[in-house]
Amino acid sequence: MSEQPRNDNILELTDLTKRFGGLLAVDSVSLQIRRGEVFALIGPNGAGKTTLFNSVTGLYQPTSGTVIFDGKNITGSKPHQVARLGIARTFQNIRLFDYMSALDNVRVGRHVRMHAKLWDSLFKLPRERREEERVTEEAMELLRFVGIGRQANKYARNLPYGQQRRLEIARALATEPKLLLLDEPAAGFTPQEKVELMQLVQKILARGITVFLIEHDMKVVMGISERIVVLDHGEKIADGPPEEVRKDRRVIEAYLGKSA
Amino acid sequence: MSQPTAVAKRSSFWARLHLRERIKDRDTAIYGVLLIVALAWPMATYFVTGSSFLTAQASHAGYWVLLAIGLNVVVGFAGLLDLGYAAFFAIGAYCYALFASFQLASSPLHHAFHLPFWLMLFVGMFVAAAAGAILGFPTLRLRGDYLAIVTLGFGEIVPQLFLNLDNWTGGINAIGSIDQPSLPAWITGPWAGVDTIQIIPNFNFSFDPVAYYVLVLIMITAAVILVTNLYRSRLGRAWMAIREDEVAAAAMGINTVTTKLLAFAIGASFSGFAGAYYGASFGLVSPDSFLFVVSITVLVMVVLGGMGNIPGVIVGAIAIYFVLNNLLVALPSNVESVANAVGLGSLNKSSGDWPGLGGEVQRLQFLLYGLILVGMMLLRPQGLFPSRVREQELKHDAVVEEETVAEQVPAR
Repeated sequence: MSEQPRNDNILELTDLTKRFGGLLAVDSVSLQIRRGEVFALIGPNGAGKTTLFNSVTGLYQPTSGTVIFDGKNITGSKPHQVARLGIARTFQNIRLFDYMSALDNVRVGRHVRMHAKLWDSLFKLPRERREEERVTEEAMELLRFVGIGRQANKYARNLPYGQQRRLEIARALATEPKLLLLDEPAAGFTPQEKVELMQLVQKILARGITVFLIEHDMKVVMGISERIVVLDHGEKIADGPPEEVRKDRRVIEAYLGKSA
Repeated sequence: MSQPTAVAKRSSFWARLHLRERIKDRDTAIYGVLLIVALAWPMATYFVTGSSFLTAQASHAGYWVLLAIGLNVVVGFAGLLDLGYAAFFAIGAYCYALFASFQLASSPLHHAFHLPFWLMLFVGMFVAAAAGAILGFPTLRLRGDYLAIVTLGFGEIVPQLFLNLDNWTGGINAIGSIDQPSLPAWITGPWAGVDTIQIIPNFNFSFDPVAYYVLVLIMITAAVILVTNLYRSRLGRAWMAIREDEVAAAAMGINTVTTKLLAFAIGASFSGFAGAYYGASFGLVSPDSFLFVVSITVLVMVVLGGMGNIPGVIVGAIAIYFVLNNLLVALPSNVESVANAVGLGSLNKSSGDWPGLGGEVQRLQFLLYGLILVGMMLLRPQGLFPSRVREQELKHDAVVEEETVAEQVPAR
């Protein structure tokens, strides 16, 4: 399993395992995500999908296995280091900065790409001022990109649910990621909103960002993703293009139970 | 209307000041009022009372304002509860006292230093900031209540250290006759009780209340500008993000440990600043001026003024200082004179267990202080002038409570 990182793979997980006491949440999962594709991770509730995300982004330390991102081994890195390298994420239960404006939420996302030092900020040096202006402009552009430009000055918590999901994506995009992890981005969406979300994912892809998403809704998954990995009880049970995975016997069993 | 051109010309200058919008903005209005009062204070109080006593009091209130501004960075911006803030204040004060008095001559060092105040002001600041970072480094991984307990412990340890290292600090005997700041020139005038405006060469502060007042005013102004700049910067947003959701902030690439450390160090640096000023203006630094009650008083100022909002915190500091040092101190004699005026003068005499009305009020002083605080928090839980965020949070909590009540009712 000591594969050299090939350049066309942006993320490679090798035998990634995460154990909580006696619970094996992710059980030696290996997968490769190619640059510029939409990759989906599906599976029943409690299959370990979010745990896998958390292990990739540094919120959890994997018990064993390696995470190679863009040719660098990032296993066990801190969340802020992972973000700096170019992985951004959204959360299953939206985690915005509730009492900050939508604009400020996105500007926080820019934080990691800003250069102002303590002294620049203390004395509002021209360099800092210019950077702030630029960042505000970029943040507004991102808000318009996800379609909520008019809500810039509202508190994040006062936005409607669907716009909060969009704001979270805008905030993640602000970190200039190479890889964007979306944790159930369509949860609780109406069919119309789901269509709009799929369009947004296509637009993100067009920016050259690879998308790795967890999703329950089969229609969404089948519609936008090029490859799918299915997890069940922490184990990878299928890996391939949507048509293949849909017909896989183990996948059907995992979702519908074994037929008698 | 008859001369539209003239009006237009005049308004072009005034319009550029945006005076009307600025007055409407609450915080700008508070700053404006505070600035006008602060500038007029020495002269006005001298003309009314014939002494500089009130100016001296204002200059003492000044270091509390500085402390409150500093603690606001830690508690209000970054959301870290610091119950040992007086420790950094003590470090700043001792830093100046040791290097600007005869104290070190009687220490194992046998050599007294007399470094200039202006240098020590910044040294005190950096030493306190370093102490903040040293305390912060191992403890900032803790959250919420646990951090509060550790800072509480630190706040207890530091005064004890200064008390017990008595061959260096003089212990309970305190450090006295601390050097006063001096300047090559100073200007004095009617505001300080001198008839004409004069320039004094080689000026030494030597407990001149007006000079200290001007000094602390400049320090506060600088602190307000610097802290406001920080609040509106990348770092300020990172603090807010950590306060709102630490996990999400980390996932956005914010190094939560160093960002919190910076909040701690910057907050501490302002109290180091205030400490050096305190050491000079009182000329005496003793370990019992930095007890737990100081930390709590500063915290009360921040909370009561409006956490996270700088002008609110300044007003809160002045208000609490006034309550503690004027209202409560003068209360017994005021109550006595009221009693005399309404014909209950007999109550003022002490007899047996009854200490007289004035004495009784004096005994109840801190009960009254507590009642004032409880009353304030019940009437205005968000503080006198809260930040908009805090206002929203409390409003929202109230709405949620109503909603949950409404949801529970049909279920039963």
